[in-house]
Amino acid sequence: MTVLAVAGLTLREAGRRKVLRALAVLTVALLGLSAWGFSRLAAFEIDHGGLTSGESRLVASQLLNLVMFGLSLIAALGTAFLAGPTLAGELESGIALAVLARPVRRTTVLLGKWLGLVAFGSGFVAVAGVAQFLVVKVTVDYWPPDPVVALVLLAAQTTVLLTLGLLLSTVVSPMASGIVAVGLFGATWVAGVVGGVGDALGNDGVARVGTVSRMLLPTDGLWRGAMHAIQDPTALAGLGPAFDGFPFLSQASLTLAYLAWTALWVVLVWGLAALSFVRRDV
Amino acid sequence: MENTAVRAAEQLLAALPPSPAVWCSGLRKRYGRRTAVDDVSFTVDRGEVLGLLGPNGAGKTSVIKMLLGLVRPDAGEVLLLGRPSGDPRSRERVGYLPELFRYQPWLTAAEVLALHVRLAGVRVTDDERRECLALVGLADRAGDRVGSFSKGMQQRLGLAVALVARPELVVLDEPTSALDPIGRVDVRDLVLSLKARGVAVLLNSHLIGEVERVCDRVVILDRGRVAAAGTLAELLGARELRLHLTGVEAAALARLAGTGALTRTGDDFTVALPAEDDGTAVPDLVADLIALGVRVHAVEPGRISLEERLLGILRHEEEAR
Repeated sequence: MTVLAVAGLTLREAGRRKVLRALAVLTVALLGLSAWGFSRLAAFEIDHGGLTSGESRLVASQLLNLVMFGLSLIAALGTAFLAGPTLAGELESGIALAVLARPVRRTTVLLGKWLGLVAFGSGFVAVAGVAQFLVVKVTVDYWPPDPVVALVLLAAQTTVLLTLGLLLSTVVSPMASGIVAVGLFGATWVAGVVGGVGDALGNDGVARVGTVSRMLLPTDGLWRGAMHAIQDPTALAGLGPAFDGFPFLSQASLTLAYLAWTALWVVLVWGLAALSFVRRDV
Repeated sequence: MENTAVRAAEQLLAALPPSPAVWCSGLRKRYGRRTAVDDVSFTVDRGEVLGLLGPNGAGKTSVIKMLLGLVRPDAGEVLLLGRPSGDPRSRERVGYLPELFRYQPWLTAAEVLALHVRLAGVRVTDDERRECLALVGLADRAGDRVGSFSKGMQQRLGLAVALVARPELVVLDEPTSALDPIGRVDVRDLVLSLKARGVAVLLNSHLIGEVERVCDRVVILDRGRVAAAGTLAELLGARELRLHLTGVEAAALARLAGTGALTRTGDDFTVALPAEDDGTAVPDLVADLIALGVRVHAVEPGRISLEERLLGILRHEEEAR
């Protein structure tokens, strides 16, 4: 009951704050630009006939990965900057005082906020992702092999990041928690790219950078899984070993063990956030 | 047989006086090396208005936050309406206006009340909620976003939030800090009407006059400790007598000093009168002074205000340190 009240409140907050408008504008811009780009790609194909159908599928799938990375970045930024204010901001401003003096448990409030943010992030990923898939379908007639898996993994990536954002916002200021969460997100992505290069070069030490960072913060691992579900299955074979370290190409789908680790990671970080929030003086 | 026993036990329980609205004992809180609250204990009875007084940094807000489970005490116990404060249900019938009052700026006033009613788990009709907003003078702003409210209006909304879920205990932390003089009078009337309805009120205020008018009892905090506590009559019981006298010899001086604490400025004398007085202290003193050859020009009874008493207590604490 209280959980749903707080979750609903968090959703309403997301809807009424400027974050939603900023997200909508960014998403529409990205969708518009990608629609324009993909339509040019289709026109190029027709005018010059320079690409075989296989090649054009490859290019389309690679571009789609790139655009979806943009979308996942928007989702990550949006939820991370929502997670900060919704907890740390309310503690700082005093909004939390009147709420926490009600007959509610702090863990219930935290769970409600988390659910609200997860619903918001997943809703955004679903709507924007499907819109992007449709854009690609209409312009270049490409449809990803596993669209549902891709969107679920992207939503999971958003969930991982906002859980981290919530943990941070129980200890630091709202702005700082957003910045740190997004910074860590970027750092793991870069570490993932570095690891990919290590893989391609056969350097185990460098490759381990990616593996370790993917364990510490599963955003990059989930993103790679999503990419694998979006890209054309023939892409890997088509591009050959020269593209092994390429950041917008995923070598393999996710293992069940990794997904289990991600779920455990979310539970652990949420537990830490709850512990920190329950013990905190407001 | 068993049923009768249970019924008897229930009757026994029902016949017991209700537990106090607030009971706290040995509250202690340190922030780093600074002790904010040190061994604070007091009770607020049902239907009683208790004033919490003290200078800035005396620990009043920290005490209030510990009562409401917002701050974890390092030591001590709290019971709210008979339940330990660790149990969220202890706050089911508690309304709270924080000193730092802020409400979700993206919600309307009516939505803020609806949220708090839902969090409190109480059924409150739309009409009651509207009445509650009207009570604090926000009837025509129910549909406006809180973000557009002035500080004073947000504080009025905070009062409505504290009152909306039919509380049995209302905790008001500086409830008039952002209000104009009319708003202050409104709050005074509000507290008095709560008292008339049997709702207990814990009032923290800088405005001593406010406290003096509405409170049954006062707890004075200084540097985290209870410096004094009691009913207004107990605290203000010490009356004084101002006299303008000439021809005061040593014997007369001794008679004056024997009555109570004596201060003298030229021919003006001020004597504190004993708290226990059956009405004979003043006429006896005057008769004795005349008998001792003193010429009595003026005798003026004076009552110590809460403000003077508060300052007296705090200065005394200062000197004792």
